[in-house]
Amino acid sequence: MNKIKVGLASCGIAAGAKQIQEYIQNEIKDKKLNIALEETGCIGMCYNEPLVEVFSDSGQWLYGNVTEEKAEKIIEHHAQNDKPIKEWLVKAENIQTDDDSYFAKQLKIASRNCGIIDPTKIDDYISTGGYESLKKALKTSSQDIIKEIMKSGIRGRGGGGFPTGVKWESAVNAAKKKNEKPIIVCNADEGDPGAFMDRNLMESDPHTVLEGLIIGAYAIGAEEGYIYIRREYPLALKRIESAVKQAQEKGFLGQNILGSDFKLEIKIHRGAGAFVCGESTALMASMMGKAGEPRAKYIHNVESGFKNKPTVLNNVETFANIPVILEKGAKWFAEIGSGDVSENPWGGSSGTKVFSLVGNLERTGLIEVPMGITLREIVYDIGGGIPKGRKFKAIQTGGPSGGCLPESHLDLEVDFDSLTKAGSMMGSGGMIVMDDKTCMVDIARYFITFLKGESCGKCTPCREGLIALDEILTRITKGKGKEGDIELMDNICETMKIASLCELGKSASNPVLSTIKYFIDEYVAHIKDRKCPAGVCKELIKYKVNDNCTGCTICAKNCPVDAVSGKPKEMHSIDQEKCIKCDICNEVCNFDAITVE
Amino acid sequence: MQNIDKIIDKWNTDPDYVIEMMQDIQDELRHTPREVLEQITKRTKVPLARLYHIATFYKSFSLTLQGIHKIQVCTGTACHVKGAPNILDAFARELKIEIGETTEDGKYTLDEVRCLGCCSLAPVVMINDDVYGNFTTKKIKSLLEKYK
Repeated sequence: MNKIKVGLASCGIAAGAKQIQEYIQNEIKDKKLNIALEETGCIGMCYNEPLVEVFSDSGQWLYGNVTEEKAEKIIEHHAQNDKPIKEWLVKAENIQTDDDSYFAKQLKIASRNCGIIDPTKIDDYISTGGYESLKKALKTSSQDIIKEIMKSGIRGRGGGGFPTGVKWESAVNAAKKKNEKPIIVCNADEGDPGAFMDRNLMESDPHTVLEGLIIGAYAIGAEEGYIYIRREYPLALKRIESAVKQAQEKGFLGQNILGSDFKLEIKIHRGAGAFVCGESTALMASMMGKAGEPRAKYIHNVESGFKNKPTVLNNVETFANIPVILEKGAKWFAEIGSGDVSENPWGGSSGTKVFSLVGNLERTGLIEVPMGITLREIVYDIGGGIPKGRKFKAIQTGGPSGGCLPESHLDLEVDFDSLTKAGSMMGSGGMIVMDDKTCMVDIARYFITFLKGESCGKCTPCREGLIALDEILTRITKGKGKEGDIELMDNICETMKIASLCELGKSASNPVLSTIKYFIDEYVAHIKDRKCPAGVCKELIKYKVNDNCTGCTICAKNCPVDAVSGKPKEMHSIDQEKCIKCDICNEVCNFDAITVE
Repeated sequence: MQNIDKIIDKWNTDPDYVIEMMQDIQDELRHTPREVLEQITKRTKVPLARLYHIATFYKSFSLTLQGIHKIQVCTGTACHVKGAPNILDAFARELKIEIGETTEDGKYTLDEVRCLGCCSLAPVVMINDDVYGNFTTKKIKSLLEKYK
């Protein structure tokens, strides 16, 4: 029987995949077709969503940008009569497509099953070799597992880059000393705006995260595990909850796991909307029913974390790598990536990293690449470059704590250490590409406003520093910048870096410092010339009608404040007094007749 | 208030889970008013001051009643770069309210959210639990029609 699979992760659903699935379901029912309909997660090709895959004698064909009309034809021609439709194909075995280059430089470890298996069925995961690594682990001593993880060189995927093996070993030692059972926690509070790697892993392959977590618990001797998921990810939460239940039923969780003495109970906490809760000590405070305020970390979590017990906190993606490391061996993993981790894990960045590649790009989505790949390869070979003939301006990495790098840095290798040296950081994996229509001062202000809202307010440098930075940046974007503002910001940033309590405050100045470092001209243009070269800052720009205008009246009809006037078939004009710079005229114009100055 | 007790019982009156209780209550009542917080205090012995700290610290909670339909315009980085501020302004104009406010008829609350994780479809708007990608200001009217 031929089979159809629809990709139903959050991004697919937002693009309309649910309607496509319902449509196909109804077609099968109404026409009594002998076709199986299944669901899967996201393969990372978000720019082609909704995605529908057909399995027939012709092989496996993945179709992109599927509409109901296309779905009807795909069912009729391909699923029923095995006549694939080549024009709509985005990926198939043995057939070349334009989209092949999207995958050519990728290597999937953590996201190996995403968009392939059905995330709602544990048996699908098991059929790909799932939970075999757990079985193998239970036959190995916990010390040997930690040694293996240490040897693999894997470092924390949440952005911190701390070697996972070292963390596990420290917790074991602390637990012995205190004579307590350690706790294991999975950090699924992916708060960086522009990052959704962990969401997809949980939605598309929850069991690999769970298996990694169970192996981790066994290795450190924990009997209590927690997963902290942000509330903004309802589907990820649902998938993880159901995965935990299924794993319990199969005996991978609970008492006497797979017949051994090892027991583990997993509880789930929902974050209630606070960016700072991604920070480990804030997360643990939140898990204890308190406001998520961090504490100073002179005592590490591995010694005294959740409820003052030795606690290991790892990120979703870190856990997703663990089963594969045990399956294929530490040596195999260590050889992937950059640097040399054979002596110690700090020597390089082994393995792969999942990135969410978004912004002004031809191809946006989730990619998994070996560490050490260059930014240029990611932006151009995988991402397909900048659309609409515009120019690349910057790539923002590391979330609000990261920075913006200019074109001259595109040949940097992406790993834990090299981006940090350049004034940004790899972070948890958000990569936002910006074209020449992006104002870097506005971006700096954007991140600072965000962080100002998210600062917990406990320590003064972060709380007051962000308020001051926000005030100065807002002033600059409104054309009211003063001479000396840049130096003043430098000064504030320095204080925040040295004196803030947690990493949020210590790194909060990065968006400002990196944009000053690489895009100082734009600051100068705002402050001295009162101009926004990118045409973004509303107080500094004007909308004007240019000679391309045909007098079609569409802008006048759509203007919410009646600022556009002109007779039909004659050139229109915009009343600057009335104009609120909402960009609607520009958006609706079919003749490129609106200029932003 | 029976419903509130049910929710508190669901979490075994465990003080570690007050944030969970409050989220369930927020979903049920569309706000977490003082009477409810007092009831949680009574049952869990968690001080009212701490509950108030939680209710004002986390963005999920509101002390005043939210609209029937919650409109969240994503202002994550990718959405920001792709024009989310204009979309947010356009919603505010259309609904005649400021960000964070509720319309007089109690139908809509307009809010911004930093990242729904659908960045590849930026800009994104979420109404209740439904996410709409590649959003433009042109789509606002027809979208509001759907949620009456």
